[in-house]
Amino acid sequence: MNSSSRFSDQRGFAVWIYVVTLIALGVAAYVALVFYQNIVDRKAEAKQDVFRVVEVSDQTIDPAIWGKNYPRQYDSYKRTVDTERTNHGGSEAFQHLDKDPVWRRIFAGYAFGVDYREERGHAYMLLDQKETERVTKFKQPGACLQCHASTLNLYINEGLKAGVPPGKSNWEAQIQKGFEVVCKMPYVEAAKLVEHPVSCIDCHDAENMNLRVNRPGFLNGIRALAKSDYPTPHLPSIERWRKDGRKGQYEPNTDATRQELRSMVCAQCHVEYYFKGEGKLVTYPWDKGLKVEQIEAYYNEVGHNDWKHKETGAGVLKAQHPEFEMWSQGIHARSGVSCADCHMPYVREGAIKVSNHHVRSPLLNVAQACQTCHRVSEKEITARALLVQDRNAALLTRAEQALLGLIDAVVAAQKAGATDAQLKAARDFQRQAQWRLDFVAAENSMGFHAPQEAARILAEAIDYARQGELAVARDTKAPVLAATP
Amino acid sequence: MTLRKHPLLLLAIVALFGVVAGLCTYTFTYAQGFSYFSNDPQACMNCHIMREQFDGWQKSPHHAVASCNDCHTPHSFIPKYLSKAENGFWHSKGFTLQDFHEPIMIRQKNVAVLQQNCVACHEQIVDGINTHPGDPKKMLDCLHCHREVGHGPIR
Repeated sequence: MNSSSRFSDQRGFAVWIYVVTLIALGVAAYVALVFYQNIVDRKAEAKQDVFRVVEVSDQTIDPAIWGKNYPRQYDSYKRTVDTERTNHGGSEAFQHLDKDPVWRRIFAGYAFGVDYREERGHAYMLLDQKETERVTKFKQPGACLQCHASTLNLYINEGLKAGVPPGKSNWEAQIQKGFEVVCKMPYVEAAKLVEHPVSCIDCHDAENMNLRVNRPGFLNGIRALAKSDYPTPHLPSIERWRKDGRKGQYEPNTDATRQELRSMVCAQCHVEYYFKGEGKLVTYPWDKGLKVEQIEAYYNEVGHNDWKHKETGAGVLKAQHPEFEMWSQGIHARSGVSCADCHMPYVREGAIKVSNHHVRSPLLNVAQACQTCHRVSEKEITARALLVQDRNAALLTRAEQALLGLIDAVVAAQKAGATDAQLKAARDFQRQAQWRLDFVAAENSMGFHAPQEAARILAEAIDYARQGELAVARDTKAPVLAATP
Repeated sequence: MTLRKHPLLLLAIVALFGVVAGLCTYTFTYAQGFSYFSNDPQACMNCHIMREQFDGWQKSPHHAVASCNDCHTPHSFIPKYLSKAENGFWHSKGFTLQDFHEPIMIRQKNVAVLQQNCVACHEQIVDGINTHPGDPKKMLDCLHCHREVGHGPIR
């Protein structure tokens, strides 16, 4: 061989260097194309991101079908099966009655004194209702399903069966009639007619995805609220309807803004209610306003009690998850922040912005829920929120003890032979104290939705409970029991 | 061994080099990379994630007197393009790997640039205050109070 392999005769690099260079350039070409494709994807997403591959209508209850058109929303919606605790709540079904046994006494004689588990995510709303001892051990009406199942379709069908004429223009009449039919049914029977927890159809119009409210309890309640004089600066369309002369009925689906509807669809269910009359119609007590004392005044006027306390004989009220009412008192509502802004914040997936349908505590998603507006660190935001909740929890405990003191005093007086006339004032105080305590306890934000209002309500609860203890002493001439801790 | 004896291998390497250069150039153009050299605020909007800031700026008090670069990049030539290059790299990486914190929040280094530009224009009126412009540790952050003058409330 003429070409010697001696170093001085060599020109150029060893073969392997050329081979490696070749391979490296090949990889670089590949990576450049991958990068290019990534950019193409983003641009495509920016152009069109919804593909209606199936038709959905008012009759499509199953969210899986809607999920074919809206996979991103459906994916996050399914996540509501997740179980996670926060400091004061979350989505794990721990038994409140074990964690705070005082509630067994406060709810003595009522279903809640038997089973009061923390609620889980939306995915479980129907299942948990069917399983709770409040339903398995007590006779409940079909009214319960208005909020715990996807009932829009059921109401429409029952309404049509009951003779309401078909057609879009009779949509609400069909729902209201079906609602009347179902509320009356025994729960066990009505539950056979539903299959799904809250579904896409319960908030969205099938044709154009607009938000739309349909629950009769809410429609009737919001109209009663609009008719009243309760100021609603956080619901400007009601103010507008009033200013324009209160013509006809307030129609949330046409009168409310999109931002208001982002709260109203939640207010279809996250509200205080009672079952009115023999028909057990789910009714929201908003005729006098949304504040705790206004709802109490309404209940007093219609003469409604939820049950008679087993230990004291007082006629008392049960509060159920008054999130909408409490939120309405807070600064976030006043500033135009809707339920969805915090509980279903927008999330960016690639080049698309969708609402996060994993409805849960914002404490589990601080960056997306809070930082859009509150531009400080997540740690600071969380600490601030927890501060509010911790203070609220402390006041709650204090109020529980005060109420217990009153219950003990009445029980002792009864044992000593006090008459109903003597105990009337004390029992009235118990009703007032218990209503306020329960209003805050049953509300799921642990004070966050309206911290100052929650504290005010609990302060009144404590005051009424102690006034009740004093009333027992005054009216039965008994010495005041040693102050309860 | 010399490449002269393997002309095909040399050709392959050179050709591939050209292909890579072409791909990279094409991708750069497709991704509107040249917008990074521009002063036009519309260019910043190529990334739609900046749409709210653009909308807010259009209605903000500084709309008529300052555009994106006037506030967010240094004013002298080399620091300006260095800043664009650095931020451009982070933007590309972030969008490709989707690994950035959201909501988007300005980095401390860029806050220092921003504050320096506040002082650069408003020097006369803040003359009596020790603003320590551009020093991330010492600077008096104008935006702590004047948060909305750039592109509107909150965002």
